[in-house]
Amino acid sequence: MVSAPSLGKQDYVRDGASQIPVKILVVGHFAVGKTTFIGSISEIEPLTTEERMTQAAEHVDDLKGVRSKTTTTVAMDFGRLTISDRIVLYLFGTPGQQRFVQMWEDIARGALGALVLVDPERLADSFGVIDLIEQYGLEYAIAVNHFDGTPLRDEAALREALDLLDDTPVVTCDARDEKSSADALTTLVRFLLDRARQEQ
Amino acid sequence: MTGRDEWEPEAAELVRPYVITKGRGLPDEEQLSLITLVTVAPEEGQRPTRLSPEEQRLIDMCSAGYLSVAEIAGHTRLPLGVVKILLAALAEGGYLITRSPVRRAALADREILEEVLNGLRAKFG
Ligand SMILES: Nc1nc2c(ncn2[C@@H]2O[C@H](COP(=O)(O)OP(=O)(O)O)[C@@H](O)[C@H]2O)c(=O)[nH]1
Ligand SMILES: [Mg+2]
Repeated sequence: MVSAPSLGKQDYVRDGASQIPVKILVVGHFAVGKTTFIGSISEIEPLTTEERMTQAAEHVDDLKGVRSKTTTTVAMDFGRLTISDRIVLYLFGTPGQQRFVQMWEDIARGALGALVLVDPERLADSFGVIDLIEQYGLEYAIAVNHFDGTPLRDEAALREALDLLDDTPVVTCDARDEKSSADALTTLVRFLLDRARQEQ
Repeated sequence: MTGRDEWEPEAAELVRPYVITKGRGLPDEEQLSLITLVTVAPEEGQRPTRLSPEEQRLIDMCSAGYLSVAEIAGHTRLPLGVVKILLAALAEGGYLITRSPVRRAALADREILEEVLNGLRAKFG
């Protein structure tokens, strides 16, 4: 086992004996800014955990008479925010690949909702992850991670390209900036709250 | 899209994780989720111990407060599946206690979201 640095008081959940842990997902394709986003608002140094995933091969290996296996590693990173005496919020960043069903289920189960980071220059790369989010019935907002800093030129075109519902929030954000990332997260939570109120 | 081709988290497949986990299987998600909070049980010191170094290390790590399952995996750099198996066994043995997010049902989603929204506003303005 790799020895970890010893932990300080601030590494532990502040009111762990009474707080309810909740989570929000930060999803999007590779290099869209998930890790940067989580790092800019997390109160802990963002952590990574890996899961080794295996898959039995389609065919039985004739010589050995056993199914061979393919192994791959999927990583997710996450951060934490103490919300109140009662709630601690975790942010989980994941590319959300369709094929890792089991892992995706672990991540998605019980999530309050998802913030989908998109790069306006690579919209097609976001289709898969948005499909997946919808498939799991998660509510989401879109954060356009604007790499060149100019305002989003054409929100209507983006909505159309991503086939969004009219009330799905779209915000622009600079994932490197704490305030900007927090604003995007706040937009998502306000939307989730509106939804929860409608459902009552 | 290749779709559902049955990728499974690997827990006890490789030799070393197999030894570490003593061949136990993965606990289910309800029991130990990514955000289940874990700490040592109050009377931990009294038990007769025959724990592996990994188990002892997890207990040490959890002795100073609460951490989520994901954070424990992140800090130890062990694969998530291995950490879940070890934590489940230690909880079963009475060394650790776990606080599952299932309790969330006690608070309506709406209340949680209101509190999260207020918390974010207070923190980031
Ligand atoms: N200009 C700019 N660069 C960003 C932004 N967000 C991320 N980056 C950069 O884009 C690269 C990929 O970001 P990363 O967070 O690792 O993406 P991930 O793969 O989704 O986790 C890094 O070099 C970041 O510094 C942003 O909002 N603006
Ligand atoms: Mg990343």
